[in-house]
Amino acid sequence: MGNKSKITWFGAGVLCALAVFAVLVSCGKKPKVERAGTAEAAIATYVAPGDTDPYYLFYSGGHSGNVFVAGVPSMRHIATIPVFSPYSSTGYGFDKETKQMLGEYTWGDVHHPALSETNGDYDGRWLFVNDNANNRVARIDLRDFKTRQILGPLPNVSGNHGSTFITPNSEYLLAASRFSIPLPKGTYAPVESYATAYNGVAAGIAIDPKSGEMSLGWEILMPPFDYDLGDAGKGVSNGWAFWTCYNSERATGKLEVTSTQKDRDYIAAVNWREAEKAIKDGKFKMLGGVKVINPKDTPGFVYFIPCSKSPHGVDVSPDGKYIIGSGKLQSITTVFNFEKIQTAIQNKDFSGNEDGIPVLNYDHVKDAEVNVGLGPLHTQFDDQGYAYTSLFVESAVAKWKLGTWEVVDKIPVTYNIGHLTAAEGDTMHPQGKYLVALNKLSHGRHMGVGPSQPECSQLIDVTGEKMKLLYDAFTEPEPHYAQIIRAEKIKPIEVYAKEDNKNPNAIWDVKDAGIVRSGNSLTVKMVAVRSSFEPNKIEVNLGDKVTIHVTNIEQTTDEIHGLGLNEYNINITVDPGETKTIEFAASKPGVFPYYCTNFCSALHQEMQGYLLVKPK
Amino acid sequence: MNITLDKANVFFELPLTMNSRILILVAVVALVPAYLFPLWNMSFYSNQYTDGLSMQIYASQLEGGKSANRDDLREINSLNHYIGMRPLLESDFSEFTWLPFGIGALMLLSLRSLVIGKMANVVDVFVLFSYFGLFSLWSFYHRLYSYGHNLNPTAAIKVPPFTPPLLGTKQIANFTIYSFPDIASYALIAFSLLLLVAMFLSRKRA
Repeated sequence: MGNKSKITWFGAGVLCALAVFAVLVSCGKKPKVERAGTAEAAIATYVAPGDTDPYYLFYSGGHSGNVFVAGVPSMRHIATIPVFSPYSSTGYGFDKETKQMLGEYTWGDVHHPALSETNGDYDGRWLFVNDNANNRVARIDLRDFKTRQILGPLPNVSGNHGSTFITPNSEYLLAASRFSIPLPKGTYAPVESYATAYNGVAAGIAIDPKSGEMSLGWEILMPPFDYDLGDAGKGVSNGWAFWTCYNSERATGKLEVTSTQKDRDYIAAVNWREAEKAIKDGKFKMLGGVKVINPKDTPGFVYFIPCSKSPHGVDVSPDGKYIIGSGKLQSITTVFNFEKIQTAIQNKDFSGNEDGIPVLNYDHVKDAEVNVGLGPLHTQFDDQGYAYTSLFVESAVAKWKLGTWEVVDKIPVTYNIGHLTAAEGDTMHPQGKYLVALNKLSHGRHMGVGPSQPECSQLIDVTGEKMKLLYDAFTEPEPHYAQIIRAEKIKPIEVYAKEDNKNPNAIWDVKDAGIVRSGNSLTVKMVAVRSSFEPNKIEVNLGDKVTIHVTNIEQTTDEIHGLGLNEYNINITVDPGETKTIEFAASKPGVFPYYCTNFCSALHQEMQGYLLVKPK
Repeated sequence: MNITLDKANVFFELPLTMNSRILILVAVVALVPAYLFPLWNMSFYSNQYTDGLSMQIYASQLEGGKSANRDDLREINSLNHYIGMRPLLESDFSEFTWLPFGIGALMLLSLRSLVIGKMANVVDVFVLFSYFGLFSLWSFYHRLYSYGHNLNPTAAIKVPPFTPPLLGTKQIANFTIYSFPDIASYALIAFSLLLLVAMFLSRKRA
């Protein structure tokens, strides 16, 4: 009997153990990974050989300093546009012009691209990008997909993160300090005096409506907060600019703790037309060599709207009525009503001030708190009245209805989404159809490439009630924000027409090629054409200053020639019809071959010459 | 024999009917397109040029297909230099001076025959036209022959001498070449046919 009960108890014990083990095993199982996996998704993203995508996707390339161009829905990477970093593929940063544009910097941190707009919609002329590291902004001409201007480092702006969000008629692009510093730049003040001796700056960079040329517009001296993301008002809110800011605690040290103590931070609202006027009326002081308006002295055009703490995105709805602020440490995104903001300003309905800048009453200007989920970051819009908010902590995208504030769908993404971008999703007329989730972590969702992992961008179909995952694409670090534009809005050239080449050093006939010496300087006018360089021999003396102007006289698409000069660290790429200039000192004696780097023809290998440097 | 000659003499002396004169005028007008449109069209297709490189030969000029992304004549010359062919240069073609002159002469002589109103003058124009047309064709063929046979011996790619097609299709290396007459040539043919009909309509004494 005793034995039998022992066995029974033993059996029960084993069973319990097995059950617990089974439960533990099932708990330890990885959650199901989201997969498209259907023929439907494959067909939806398939662009047949010879066909092209209906949308361009311009990714910011983060600290690569580049912009990546892909097609939607194929997600195929087509081109890389170098902006803030030398890029030997296209010889960017090696020739005289691009070298001058890059100046002393060899990298930049591209965060937020903005396509130029007319009446609140993309016009396909230019793409502007910011540099969070060295406080610059740049313009890419979409006629030839080349960086044509770099402006900066901008005076007073430090950590230009809240940039380059553009106004509806491309009057200004925005810039703002993420890292407040003592101003003007070059001033020393101990970090302990941060709260009083440091300042942020919010700025508008003026854009020439014809040429796209950027210049300094206005700058506003702001309290020492960390200005994060921005957006320009449109429709009813046209004329205003918005930036989120964190660290309204004015804390220093370990910001992870010190800047997250208050429940709310702010959205800064700036009436930029008033800022424009203040500059015109002379209501500014010179600071760092530029005109800066201090809201303390010139009140009535800058306000703070309280927003859930540590906000990232502030996004204006297509009609301009709603200003949507997302605090990344909470589970709600807040919708502010522009009209309510205007009423509060008129009634001076303020709850306090920050360095003389009035703070509005949160409850009096908000329309709704939308329960989107954990870690809302950034919002985009479609053509059906829906908003899409990225949820960093939750790794998902929430779809919700403007007006009813109801969350109608949610889709998990892999993993930790930062920004998202919908087709023309930040304009007055979003396209709907597609959305790209720009995920920060890919956690090995791709073939192994070692510990340095790419970013994961996921294409999501937003045509139906439910969002559908279509495609995973991987990019080099690191896309922050991106823009999607209908392909037919951009009309790029493929060849620089001979008639348009105004370079005084351009030559179009092999007969005009030659070498001219003047003292210790040597100027070479060179022709590159299938499959030779003319001249193919350059004789110099040690120490000579050498200038070579190379014209690619081809007029055929894709007939690109490169010139690499061995052991002189010289590499340029000259497109059909283009003239580029290289300058160097002949500092090493000997014979150095130069050759065509960009495959051009059956006799490409033979396209070569010699630089002969005579020792003294 | 004498009878035939007599008949011919009678034929040459025939006056032109009003209908014939009108047709000659139409024939003269039909020559106007010969100035405006290409005489000949050549196109070159290969894997790299699926849309074809094209070249038009006008009475007075040589023109390559042109788009924002390509200048076909420049491209054809770029490619031809690899096999040592001379670049096709407008200034090398004496045809471009005498062809428009010849066509103008035909028009003037036609008008003259219309005014004088005698069959013999129309026959003159027709004979002259035939000579002019055949000479032009021979001259064009000779051009093609000499471009394809006088290849620079130092060329990178050695190909056996060849003649590009005057009429029809031919495969040369990786290119399929199409060569066909164009609107101006059809105008010339229309001109000659109209002259023939004009002669036919006045073949009997009224």
